[in-house]
Parts: sequence; C-alpha cells; structure tokens
Amino acid sequence: MRRIVLFLPLVLFFGLGFFLWRGLSIDPTELPSARLNQPFPAFQLASLTEPDRLLSAQDLKGQPALVNVWATWCPTCKEEHAFLNQLAARHEVQIFGINYKDDPLKAREWLKRYLNPYTAVILDEQGTLGLDLGVYGAPETYVVDADGVIRYRHVGAVDEKVWGQLKGLLDELRGGGA
Amino acid sequence: MIPELGEYALILALCLSALLGVVPLVGAAVGNALWCSFARPLSVGLFGFVLFSFLCLVWAFISNDFSVSYVAANSNTALPWFYRISAVWGGHEGSLLLWALILSCWILAVALKSDNLPQDMRARVLAVMGLIATGFILFVLFTSSPFERLLPNPPAEGGDLNPLLQDFGLIVHPPMLYMGYVGFSVAFAFAIAALISGRLDSAWARWSRPWTNIAWAFLTLGIVLGSWWAYYELGWGGWWFWDPVENASLMPWLIGTALVHSLAATEKRGVFKSWTVLLAIFAFSLSLLGTFLVRSGVLTSVHAFASDPERGFFILALLGITVGASLLLYAIKASKVKSESSFSLLSRESFLLVNNVLLTVICAMVLLGTLYPLVVDALNLGKLSVGPPYFNALFVPLAILLALMVGVGSQVRWRETSAALLVGQLWLPGLLALVATGLTWMALPEWPGVAAGLGLLLAWWVVFTGMRDLYNRVRNKRERLQAMFGQSRSYYGMMLAHAGIAVLAVGIALVASFSEQSDLRMQPGDRKSFGGYEFVFEGIKPGAGPNYRSDTGVIQVYRDGQLYTTMQPEKRLYTTRGMPMTEAAIDPGLFRDLYVALGEPLGNDAWAVRVQYKPFVRWIWLGGLLMMAGGLLAASDPRYRKQNRRDASVPA
Repeated sequence: MRRIVLFLPLVLFFGLGFFLWRGLSIDPTELPSARLNQPFPAFQLASLTEPDRLLSAQDLKGQPALVNVWATWCPTCKEEHAFLNQLAARHEVQIFGINYKDDPLKAREWLKRYLNPYTAVILDEQGTLGLDLGVYGAPETYVVDADGVIRYRHVGAVDEKVWGQLKGLLDELRGGGA
Repeated sequence: MIPELGEYALILALCLSALLGVVPLVGAAVGNALWCSFARPLSVGLFGFVLFSFLCLVWAFISNDFSVSYVAANSNTALPWFYRISAVWGGHEGSLLLWALILSCWILAVALKSDNLPQDMRARVLAVMGLIATGFILFVLFTSSPFERLLPNPPAEGGDLNPLLQDFGLIVHPPMLYMGYVGFSVAFAFAIAALISGRLDSAWARWSRPWTNIAWAFLTLGIVLGSWWAYYELGWGGWWFWDPVENASLMPWLIGTALVHSLAATEKRGVFKSWTVLLAIFAFSLSLLGTFLVRSGVLTSVHAFASDPERGFFILALLGITVGASLLLYAIKASKVKSESSFSLLSRESFLLVNNVLLTVICAMVLLGTLYPLVVDALNLGKLSVGPPYFNALFVPLAILLALMVGVGSQVRWRETSAALLVGQLWLPGLLALVATGLTWMALPEWPGVAAGLGLLLAWWVVFTGMRDLYNRVRNKRERLQAMFGQSRSYYGMMLAHAGIAVLAVGIALVASFSEQSDLRMQPGDRKSFGGYEFVFEGIKPGAGPNYRSDTGVIQVYRDGQLYTTMQPEKRLYTTRGMPMTEAAIDPGLFRDLYVALGEPLGNDAWAVRVQYKPFVRWIWLGGLLMMAGGLLAASDPRYRKQNRRDASVPA
C-alpha cells in the first residue's frame, strides 16, 4: 500500500504534464468574445471617410464579412494593413474597419498613404463601440455572418496563417447562407 | 569570428557537461575513486567554457555586431553601453545562456566548496547537476542559439531592446531570479544523490542547508526586485498582480521556504525525510515549470516573451525527464526511509509539519489558479482567466494562519512541550501584540478593516514572540548582554527573516487599506488637493533621450502651503519600436510614497494625470530584503563548515 502512495507524486506530475502538452498546441491569442454568437452591438457612428454618413449595425449585414479594429497608434496594425490590402485587392472578403480611439485626421492621412482596404470605416473616436464589443487591444478582427451575428474573434494581426482559418469559417458561413 | 568561438565554446561545454553527468556517477556506482575524482576538473572546465561563450555574446553586443541576428533584434547603436550589456539577457536566447552560465556558476561553487563531503557524494551531486546542464545547453544549441548570423546582408542598424526592459530594475532582476531558480538545483542534486546512495541522513540535510538558504535568499531578492520594478515602471502603482509569470516565481519560493524549514527538522531530529526530498524535487521542478511557462508562451501574460511551440516542447520534454525520473527514483527508494525519532502533538516538529503543509497548500492553490485556464482550455471547456480575487481570497487567510504559526512555532520545543508551558510563554506576547495593535490603530486615520487589522496584530505577534524567545535564551545567563550577541548566526538569520514577515505584513495591510488614488484632468495652472498635499500642474515640456522622445509633466507639490517638491512624470515614445512608455514620478518615503503618472493628452493642453498616495509601500520590499538577509546570514553560520568534518552519521 505504502509503495503505491509513493508513486502518487509521479502520477500527479504526469497528469499535469499532459495539460501542459495540450496547452502548447493551443493558441493563447485566440481569445473568445463574450459576444460570440451574439448580434453585433447596436451603434450609430460616423464614417471615417465620409463624415456626413452615419453607420449602424445594419450596414454590416448582407454577406459574411470581417470587422477589423485598428488605429494609427498601433504598430502591429501597420504590418497587418498590407495583408488586408492584399485581401481587398483579391476581393476575398468584405472588410469593415473600426478606427478605434484614434485621431480622425491622422487616420484619414494613413488610409491615403497606405491605401484603403475597407468597405467602410466606423469612426469610434471615444472607444464606445470598442467597449461594447469588449475589445482587448488593436488589432482585433471579428467574423460577422450575413445576419450580423459575431461568429469568431481573433486578437492580434491577421496574416496568411490566420487568414487560412478565417477563410475556412467564411466559406462555411457562405455555404450555410446560400 | 567571435560569435562562432562562442558557439564552439558552448559545444565544448556540452561535451564536458555530458561527461560530468556520466563519469562520476558511474564511478560512484562501481566504487571507482579515479572516475569520481573527475567531477571537480570537469566542473571547472564546464564553467570556463560557458563563461567564455557568454563573454563572446557580451562582446557581440558591445561591439554592435548586427550580423548576429539576436544582437540585431535586441540592441542598436543608440543604446547606452550598460543597456547593451543587459540586452544580452533581454530576449529568449540570451536569457537561456544566462541560465546556463548561472547553473555552471553553482556547479563551480559546489565543486570548490565541497571538501568536507565524502567523495562519492560529491561525485553524485556534481553529476546530477552536470545532467541538468547537459539538458539546458542542448536546449540552447538546438532551439535557441544566440549566435546565429544574418549573412550575407547584415543590417546596418539593430532593432531596439524592449523599452520595458531599459531600466535598472531589469538589469538586475533576471540574474537574481535565475540565481534563485537555478540555485534550487543544488538542493535538488543533493536530494537525488542522497536517494541514489540511500543515505537520507542528517548529514545530507546539513550539507544542503546552506546552499538552499543562499538559493532561497537570491530568489527572495529576485522577486522583490521584480515587484519593485513593476511598481515604478508599469505605471499602475501596484506591487503584485498575480500574473502567471509572477506566480511562476512565487511557487518555487513557497516550496523553497517549506524546504528551508523541513531541512532544519531533518537535520536536527531526523524526521520528515520524505517531505524534505519531495520539497527539494518540487522546488527545482517548479523553477523549471516557471521557465517553461515564460518561455513556451502557453499562458498569456505581460511577460510573454517568446511564443514558440518547438521550444515549448523541448522544455516540456526536459521537465518531463528531470521531474519524471526523480519522482520515479523517489517512488522506488523512499519506501526504505525511516524517521529517526518520534514526536508528540505539541512539539516543534508538529509545527514545522503544519508549516510544510500550509506552504504546500498555498503553492498548490497558486498552481491551480495559474494553470486552471490552461486545463479548461485543454478540455475544450472554453477560455477563461483567474483573477486576483481568487488568489486573494485563498492566499490571505492561509498567510494569516501561517503568520500565527510563526509565533507559536518559535516557542515550542523539539520532541514535546507541555500545553501549560506553552500558554505561559505565549500569553504575554499575545497581550502585548493586542495593546500594540490598539496603539497603532490610534495612530492611523481610521480602523483599517478586519483583514488589515489582523495583519497588524500578527505583525506585532511575530515581533513579540520573537523577543520572548530571545529573552528566554538570555534570561538565565550571567552576562545577559553578551548572551544576546552571542547567539549563533543561523538563529539571528531566523529572527531576521521572521522580522521580515512582520514588516511585510505591515506593508501589505496598510497599502491595502489606506492607499488613495485619483485620475485627474489637469490643465496648466490647475490645483488639486490630494492626501494632504496640493498638486499644481505647471505644464508639459518636450524632451528627448538617446533613443526616445518624451513629454515631461511638471507638477509642483505643496504641503501646508509650502513648496514641498517638484515631480516630473514622463511619457516616452521609443522611436525604433514606436512604443510608448510611462515613467512615473515617485517621491519615496519610509512611511508613504507619492506616485504621479502621466496619462493621455486630452486636448487644450490638458492631460490625464493619475495621482496616488501609497502609505508604507516600501515596507513590502523592506520585509523581503530582511528575509533575504536572514537567509544569507543563516547560510554563513560557521557551524555548517565545522560540523561537516564530523562523522556523517552522527545526528546533531
């Protein structure tokens, strides 16, 4: 009996080791949203590019799309921006932008200089929409289906690898919607 | 050329460590004295080559050799020379090389300072450490060599050291923390060597004690430095965040604390041998786990340096082999372990046992809180994080119980104490502690609340029971003053470390109850009263450093209408990385800190300013420093060096 008890630490350790091993294959930047499978929060905010136009959650509906949270103060957004431009140029998906807690003048300048991949950019100067969404930091990207329901949230830059995942999900959403 | 020499030196070090891990171990097993005697020269050689390799990397940083990709990623020409040196351990690869260097320092120290050990014991201890070194140098060479080149087109200018790390606290924090982490490998090696030889006796405990104390003291210092750095650099004014990486350093500290006490019981009374061996194994395992958590990126954290699954798998394999093998060895060998003496319920042994159990339970609960998100995730139950409320709710009551035990434990005698005697010893310190807490309360602006009040009471309790113990020791002596200064260094070390607990408890209790914080919107000329001081915002002046631009707020502080000081919090933008940093302005004091951090510009020359008043916050780190000093003082006791020469099997 005593011998078996002595093996207990070893068994416990291997149990722990299993979880650590599983943990390695999980991406820690993939945070879920409390908003997952919830409709996109209601908002009434101006468009960055057309200041006279008011955007609302209604504008996101119609087809599955990406909603990308960005700002000029965020260095990773600059890296990500080039990839978003490629996606837009290939007409892979509709991308909406949320310009988050930013200076609109700088943001317009940035879109002029680095091109604009967005169908429309929501101007969230105060960060209220970001608060409703539970934005963790920029950049963040949400996948929204044709009915304006949030299906996925990615924290960090979208690159080729992440896009692989998102594309799969988008294809699924398109297939289901058609 | 130089970086290649560094790489070759590391490969040679790998060969030597592999030899060190095998030859003396086999020698001790078959009783070949010649093979055993290889342990010392191999240790010296290992140290020499790792040091040479490390110096090569330092040279690459000093000479701005951007053809080395690690240098290019972590340093640039605008960086002052001392940050270029500390940048050596600013990233993943270099900090692992530092890990290996510190491990070989400990190996060298054991090799040179082990004249009193029997030869086979020394051979086994050094061999176990050699095996650990082999694993780590392999890890450096295969997954994270800092010497890789960017050829044929080296960049003309490097990136930048993470601005968070450009700071004095971060020059010294990692080496101290590693000294502690890696230092537990000595206690681990002693435990494994004792298990292999089957000689789990008081001699083994006495040999391990000074090494364990030193490692524990360094770990304490490392944690204190980390906490202090987070306080002034992260701009939040907190001193502990229950961040996974902080927890990773706290866990080996908790187990190490239990180990230090358990070793005392094993040495003096020959009891708790299983406990001591397991604690030694776990202290080092948790150090390795800490390395795994930081280096593999399995947990999101403010410290998240490198997120690389390949490295994670390598460390996990290393962890699995080291811990798995030692626990297997324990399971096979420990059934023969017998206690050499018995003890009754009211005895110092019982209280040390309670101490072991409490510290282990606290550690298990920190481990659970740290890894719970990972476990939930691995079982596909979703993502979540465990916050400070969980840790505080469990940690505070257990820590209070622990502090209560510190006072009682120091009064209880070995083997047996009568309850009447114990009550006779304790009623006066208890009463004095109550009175002193009452007096402290009167000096405070208001009642600090139950938990903090209990913290104060326990701080006084620890102080008065300690004084009672000292009084008992000198009471019957003719020359009382002489007796007071004539106690052993390990006794003073214990007293100092326990006084550190009292100081720490006061700091935590008062910071938690009387801190004031306010986020203000200030325009030039605005005055705000706060915590008995008046803050006048004079405006912002722009400036620049070697590798950053800055906005410095000028805030004059008045007290009773008199100009008291001028505080200048800074907001820096590090140009190479485009990363903003907050440099808080702190007016430090033994009894309170004033803490001002600059927030965002709000337009019209107005700025968000966060002002904090932190009473007794310095006491938290002061308490830690006292504990560290206590550990070092106890380790320096000449008793360990004298008694080592005595016959190994005589219990003291």
